[in-house]
Amino acid sequence: MNTHNLQLPADHLEQVAAWGGASRSLSHVFRPSTAEGVAQVLEIGRQTGQTIALRGGGNSYGDAFSNAEGMVLDLTRLTRILAWDPATGIIRTEPGVTIDQLWQYVLGDGWWPPIVTGTAKTTVGGCAAMNTHGKNGWRKGTFGDHILEFDLLLPTGEVLTCSRTAHADLFHAAIGGAGLLGVFLSLTMQMKRIYSGLLTVEAVARPNMAAMLGYLAQHQDDSDYIVGWVDAFAGGGGLGRGEIHRAHYLPEGTDPAPTQSLRLAQQAIPETILGIVPKSIMWMFARPLTNNLGFRAVNMAKYWAAVWHDGHQYRQSHVAFHFLLDYMPNWKRAYGPGGLIQYQAFLPRDTAVDGYKAIFRQCHKHGLPNYLSVLKRHRPDDFLMTYSLDGYSMAMDFKVTESRRPRLAALAQELDKIVLQAGGRFYFAKDSTLRPEIAAAYLGAETIAHFRTLKQRCDPDHLLQTDLWRRVGGDERLGD
Amino acid sequence: MSSFPPQRPLEPQPCALVVGASSGIGAALVRELVRQGYRVAAVARRQAELDTLCQALNTGHPAPRALAYVHDVTAYNDTPDLFQRIVRELGGLDLIIYNAGVMPAVGPDEYDFAKDKWQVEVNLLGAMAWLNQAAVRFQQAGRGRIVGISSVAGDRGRRGNPAYHTSKGALATYLESLRNRLSQHGVSVTTIKPGFVQTEMLAGLTKTFWVITPQTAAQQIIRAAQRGRATTYVPWQWSLVMLIIRHIPSLIFRRMGF
Repeated sequence: MNTHNLQLPADHLEQVAAWGGASRSLSHVFRPSTAEGVAQVLEIGRQTGQTIALRGGGNSYGDAFSNAEGMVLDLTRLTRILAWDPATGIIRTEPGVTIDQLWQYVLGDGWWPPIVTGTAKTTVGGCAAMNTHGKNGWRKGTFGDHILEFDLLLPTGEVLTCSRTAHADLFHAAIGGAGLLGVFLSLTMQMKRIYSGLLTVEAVARPNMAAMLGYLAQHQDDSDYIVGWVDAFAGGGGLGRGEIHRAHYLPEGTDPAPTQSLRLAQQAIPETILGIVPKSIMWMFARPLTNNLGFRAVNMAKYWAAVWHDGHQYRQSHVAFHFLLDYMPNWKRAYGPGGLIQYQAFLPRDTAVDGYKAIFRQCHKHGLPNYLSVLKRHRPDDFLMTYSLDGYSMAMDFKVTESRRPRLAALAQELDKIVLQAGGRFYFAKDSTLRPEIAAAYLGAETIAHFRTLKQRCDPDHLLQTDLWRRVGGDERLGD
Repeated sequence: MSSFPPQRPLEPQPCALVVGASSGIGAALVRELVRQGYRVAAVARRQAELDTLCQALNTGHPAPRALAYVHDVTAYNDTPDLFQRIVRELGGLDLIIYNAGVMPAVGPDEYDFAKDKWQVEVNLLGAMAWLNQAAVRFQQAGRGRIVGISSVAGDRGRRGNPAYHTSKGALATYLESLRNRLSQHGVSVTTIKPGFVQTEMLAGLTKTFWVITPQTAAQQIIRAAQRGRATTYVPWQWSLVMLIIRHIPSLIFRRMGF
């Protein structure tokens, strides 16, 4: 029983919603602006017997940063760039620096973050904690692969500088450790040299799942980025059909005016469509379409447009290519008040075609087609709680309504079986449905035991907790 | 330590807190809420009754559905800590019902300040201590339901037990103020005015009619709360009776013998 009796003031109470908007809870939110402030918040948690969840940009789709009725330590005010060397491309920043801030800072010197998320609103601390990926996962790995070093504030009060040589076990566990081992106070990262602000992009359409994955495999050595979109409504012979965009960096010397294309102004996403309609209201037009019938039509139209444009090549700015999720501001609102969840299934190369076909068929059978599906290629990494594997991932957005909630939960359980049977994995940043037995099965007893040992060492009082951590059975004291 | 299972984002379990839960309407409320799928924190002074209630509800289930919290509502200083602990252990709060109430036997010529003070403390001040806590967080959340169990006895000051009528009347006024403050924030505040319910309180009373079981009362109370009603008489017939009684001029009322 809790013997603490220090009351947290109500003025820090705030509603914290999952990025997808399908769940929300009330928490005591603290937003310190300095490392000392962060340490003070940990101290408040210790004194009041509260648990603390760490939050960056708040772009995790589910409950990875929520801690209902507990404390949330929001790190978005720690936004200083601490060191930057334009000769080597090594940058050291505070955890609250966003990908937006990062690329804007390094681009002018001819550098680009090697791994970027589909939205630039994520923070580097969040990207490290969830070990995010981009559209070049099979080539460049995950966000953590480009971190050289970080300072980690442990709940014990200790600050450890971790790298591949110092505290290597903690280095490989805190990256991808979902903010449960400590707070990143600073991160040192290697940027990627680029010679143009533009990418060469090619768009192709492929008529089924095998052809889609076949194209990704075929072009894995001659592309820098590949991302696929799948028409989740198509069945029969067209099951898994979709469009693929692959992109290349421009080699040195091919951009006639690199200083021009590397300017920030060249990277801006237009704020209007056709020069007239502000994009910030576009979600309102999409709202009437976010139902099974509407999105069947949207997916079909998008596919046939892709077939029409098959083989089309063009040049596009890095920003326009990478940050698709920022292209239509507030697009998630089109899903209505119930929001959305994402189910991202990582499948090994050999079982992927059949696995994804089985997944789409299961969605059709449940009458719950997903409205947007994104396909990516990955490679394994050496982080403890990794989701990475030599294979693919399919990120699937599902609309949530009150009546769909139990049906989606049932569907997710069916999909979990398919993923497990195919030897697949899951990704905490996207998850809303994982159950303890599934998490235990894909992570393996050894990994979990290792993580718990580190947790015990870094955070013996279990100060750092999230709703996700408790939901997937991370806290062994709650019983498995 | 037994605790509620972690919440799942797709299927969050609604959370309720019942103060005054060990017997009568309160215990029935806990049972009915659990039946409807809520996880319930049951708060009361009497540990044995509370434990029996929760055990009966939890036995045979993999995770607890109701948990007992022993607390005397007149220990006002303990309320904020306990409230915070309960919402944390529930993992949220959607509904709070203040049901604690006492009605000692008071003779027709008795003016016992100790009895009066006790009734005001339990029936009114305890409600303020608990519901103020709920008001702050529901206002922040922009949603939530507050229910106070007042009484038909609060509608007029009759001869029987002046302090009881006062406490229940004041509670109704307090709840009305809360409603006027919180409705703009999406929070509903429901005043329940039960008539005769088959509980310990009824034991000393004669001349009762339209007596309903605590279970029936609980069902009607929860329905009223879920519909966001302002004031609900339980059972409904009392709304007609009290409409008349509220309008009897004092000059006549004082001669009517009740």
